[in-house]
Amino acid sequence: METIFSLLVGAFFAASIYLMLSRKLVRVLMGVAILGNAVNLLIFTSGRLLREIPPIIPLGEYLPLETTANPLPQALVLTAIVISFSFFAFFLVLGYRAYQELGTDDMLEMRVAEPENEVEPPLGY
Amino acid sequence: MPLSGNEATVWALLLPFAAAALGPVLTHRLKHNAAWILAVFPAFIFIHFLSYVPMVAAGQTFTVSYEWIPTFGITFSFYIDGLSTLFALLVSGIGTLVVLYAGGYLKGHTQQGIFFTYLLLFMGAMLGVVTADNMITLFVYWELTSITSFLLIGFDHLRTASRRSALQALVVTGAGGMALLAGFLLVYLASGTWQMSELLTNPDVLRSSSLYLPIFILICLGAFTKSAQFPFHFWLPNAMEAPTPVSAYLHSATMVKAGVYLLMRMQPVMGGTEIWMTVLPFFGGLTLVIGTYLGLRQTDLKLILAYTTVASLGLLVMLTGSSSPHAIQGAVLYLFAHSLFKGGLFMAAGTVDHEAGTRDIRKLGGLRHAMPITFSATVLAALSMAGLPPLFGFVAKEVLYDGLWHAHSGGIFWAFTGVVGNSMMFALAAIVAIKPFLGPKVETPKHAHEGPLMLYAGPVVLSVAGLIAGLFVASTGEWLVNPMTSAIAGHSVTKELHLIPAHINAALFLSLLTIALGSTLFYFSDQLRSFVDRTLKIIGWGPDKGFDQFINATVRLSAFVTRTVQTGDMVMYMRAAFIALIFTLYTPMIITGSWPSLSQFELVTLTEAGIIAVALVGLYAVLTAKNRVTAMVSLGISGFSVAVIYLLFGAPDLSFTQFMVETLSVVILALVMTRLNLQPSDSRSVASKLLDSSLATLTGLGFALTLMSVTQQPFDASLSEFFTAFSRTIAHGRNIVNVILVDFRGFDTIGEISVVMVTGLCVLALIRVRPVSSKNNEETTTQIKQEAKS
Amino acid sequence: MNTVIFRTVAPFLTALMTLFSIFVLLRGHNEPGGGFIGGLIAVSAFAIYGIAYGVAGVRRALHVHPMSIAASGLLLAVASVLPSLFLGQPTMTSQWLEFSLFGTHIALSTPMFFDIGVYLVVVGAITSIALSLEERESD
Repeated sequence: METIFSLLVGAFFAASIYLMLSRKLVRVLMGVAILGNAVNLLIFTSGRLLREIPPIIPLGEYLPLETTANPLPQALVLTAIVISFSFFAFFLVLGYRAYQELGTDDMLEMRVAEPENEVEPPLGY
Repeated sequence: MPLSGNEATVWALLLPFAAAALGPVLTHRLKHNAAWILAVFPAFIFIHFLSYVPMVAAGQTFTVSYEWIPTFGITFSFYIDGLSTLFALLVSGIGTLVVLYAGGYLKGHTQQGIFFTYLLLFMGAMLGVVTADNMITLFVYWELTSITSFLLIGFDHLRTASRRSALQALVVTGAGGMALLAGFLLVYLASGTWQMSELLTNPDVLRSSSLYLPIFILICLGAFTKSAQFPFHFWLPNAMEAPTPVSAYLHSATMVKAGVYLLMRMQPVMGGTEIWMTVLPFFGGLTLVIGTYLGLRQTDLKLILAYTTVASLGLLVMLTGSSSPHAIQGAVLYLFAHSLFKGGLFMAAGTVDHEAGTRDIRKLGGLRHAMPITFSATVLAALSMAGLPPLFGFVAKEVLYDGLWHAHSGGIFWAFTGVVGNSMMFALAAIVAIKPFLGPKVETPKHAHEGPLMLYAGPVVLSVAGLIAGLFVASTGEWLVNPMTSAIAGHSVTKELHLIPAHINAALFLSLLTIALGSTLFYFSDQLRSFVDRTLKIIGWGPDKGFDQFINATVRLSAFVTRTVQTGDMVMYMRAAFIALIFTLYTPMIITGSWPSLSQFELVTLTEAGIIAVALVGLYAVLTAKNRVTAMVSLGISGFSVAVIYLLFGAPDLSFTQFMVETLSVVILALVMTRLNLQPSDSRSVASKLLDSSLATLTGLGFALTLMSVTQQPFDASLSEFFTAFSRTIAHGRNIVNVILVDFRGFDTIGEISVVMVTGLCVLALIRVRPVSSKNNEETTTQIKQEAKS
Repeated sequence: MNTVIFRTVAPFLTALMTLFSIFVLLRGHNEPGGGFIGGLIAVSAFAIYGIAYGVAGVRRALHVHPMSIAASGLLLAVASVLPSLFLGQPTMTSQWLEFSLFGTHIALSTPMFFDIGVYLVVVGAITSIALSLEERESD
């Protein structure tokens, strides 16, 4: 079961990386969104999969009556989802502002920090 | 605070740093007269170390130690013996005079306060070097002297030459410092101690170690760079760009002797070997001859003195390398004498420059009437430098000739080298003393007259000290010279010193030869100068030019590396990152051969297969989407399918969160895409699409395989079991995931909500911070919008 | 989306969703739910209100800046750590206060306040992000 889901996680990663490598801002953004899902699913799967039984103790009991899904990766992933969302939002706004200021959505044309023809550094003291 | 005692020493060693902090404040209030108050600090330290003299002369040593980094056995500790006492006395004594001198020399300079700060910081560092016991403490102080020297040489930072010299001194001595640190680390490996004092009690541990050769090379690199030995001599004459008080103090009397100090300190544990007694005299002798030879060419008083300083340092290294008690005593005497006369001469030269307006000996002459006090002091100091009786320099030269003559091998050769160097030194001393002051009066740029007390106090005190030390040489020897000689030789040396040689010996003869040769050289000094000039023109390239080429080459190399590595091509950066990631993912599996087995293939239910298929279709649709709506809808589909997977595998919390987040993501992505009118079409060439897709596939497969390997390993559920077992019983919650979040791992959650909070602030800042003009637009649009709504 | 029907329904929908988000938040300790999910539901509620009445409308309805809500949430979360310190226990040890009020069993606890803090941070920060993005839709 984990084997098949591992392959699915691989597919998520592959899609995300393929998108991030393209030069268009929007595709990169979507790549980031998928990357978040890929990583979350990776953590979730590595904690082993178990069908349908949530880690909740029934009312009046002190321990779960049967083996439940692993609660630890769930706790990790829960916060990771929210954080990857806020990261995505930040990245989105960054890209949006960059597009507004630079007038392009092509990664290769965003050359403010590292201009195309950089001058030689000054020699001497 | 008591005047003596070991705790007081620590306070005394910290005192210059306190004075350094006071420098600018006092100077702001009292102008140049602040020097009188600031000079009290080094004077106090001088008196403190003076109180050690009788005890040290009686053969006692002292250590003070404070814990610093106990894990590594590193302490903040000090060791007082004959060697450190004399050095500390020179540093603090000359320091007192130099502070006063700086008060007069830089009178009215707007930056005088900060100059005092640098100078006193240096003093503190130098005192630390000569008293440090722990090698790391020593190293820290050693580097601090390099840094303060950099600041002082570059004090006049508006001039290019100053900046160049400062950088040069820092690079050369700093690189040497690195070598020294490496050397100390090896010493620790070989001996197991960081303490000099412990090392001295076990003198053979280094000599018998297999690491001796690398230690020797590294320590020599540190010492040679600091003490300007050939081929690292070039930085010292360049350092004359610094104001004269700095030249007098750092670059003749104290800092440049740190390298000699180090060699002297290591002499008992490293000296006496074949390589020690060959390499040190060789480089020392070479430096002596080259230094004086180059000095003959100069017409600038300070440069002449600088080259003779280089030569003197060479002489000291040569003597230290001889390892015989005689030669070492010569070294100690010469070091002591040199600090007195060279410090005095530098200050006198500075006074001439200050009052007459030039330091060029061709433009000076007949100043003896205008500056009688400076003249007398210069003559006294120059006599000592030339090695004439009854001055201290004379005694030093007698003893060092004696030591060289009796050197353990090749004595005649070393003595001859000494004579050649010393006779040129004699000629240079004559030039410095005679050219500016005797002869017909020459019109100088400024109307020359005697400087104020602050300017002549230093030269007078130092040259008179040279005279007194010479006249009462027996006492000087007993109290100061012999304790230091003993410390360097590693055993007690009690040779009495006499001003008048007891009997005719080789040394006296060599002295006479030096005087005769030196007078001849002085007589032909002008012809010599042009001769030296011509020979140097033939050689052309020197280490000084080499330094420029080295620096330029470094800058060009770094520019080249930057251009090659940081092309500014975002796609290339990401490809590089993912290629590195591919290596990380596959390497462990390739090396250990532990590929996941595909035999544990467990079938999934129909629902699961369906949702996997939906996710894959969603992903594929995102990749190939040509327009916004398709792209966003398919992105949503892939996200929601993840949410369904969470639901199917017992994670309702995750599922709900994923649903909400996915909805919001698509909404805000839609907002941005619509507003910017962006299309998700792919504009890559087929070739780069192929490359990117293979990179992506490889990485994805790498993650898949790694995850398979991980899940096929036995599972350690102890943490999860702990949380499950105690969720209800001690945390009173039945939703284990929530209990982990808000109770068991609450601190993590605090961190995470802080991240969310900071992201919110960043987004706000990104949106709000704009150029002023567009901000006005924003306000008007908001107003229009509000009006439209209402 | 500014249809009359939607604008009429939106306030009720928002109120209902906000109420639901608080319900999800409070049951979180024992049933599926909690601060993160509750917060996201509340954000969706405000987003719906925003679509109907515009960003300015949401800002008016909230009275305070969303980031202030987030900040007070973070403060509350950190403050809920403190009681254990005063009691001399390891930091973050949970404290419980259980009593009956009008026959209802009520359990107040520091983890609950902590979760409320989480809820407020999520509500504040993400509403702020969504609003600042939505705000510039018209230009």
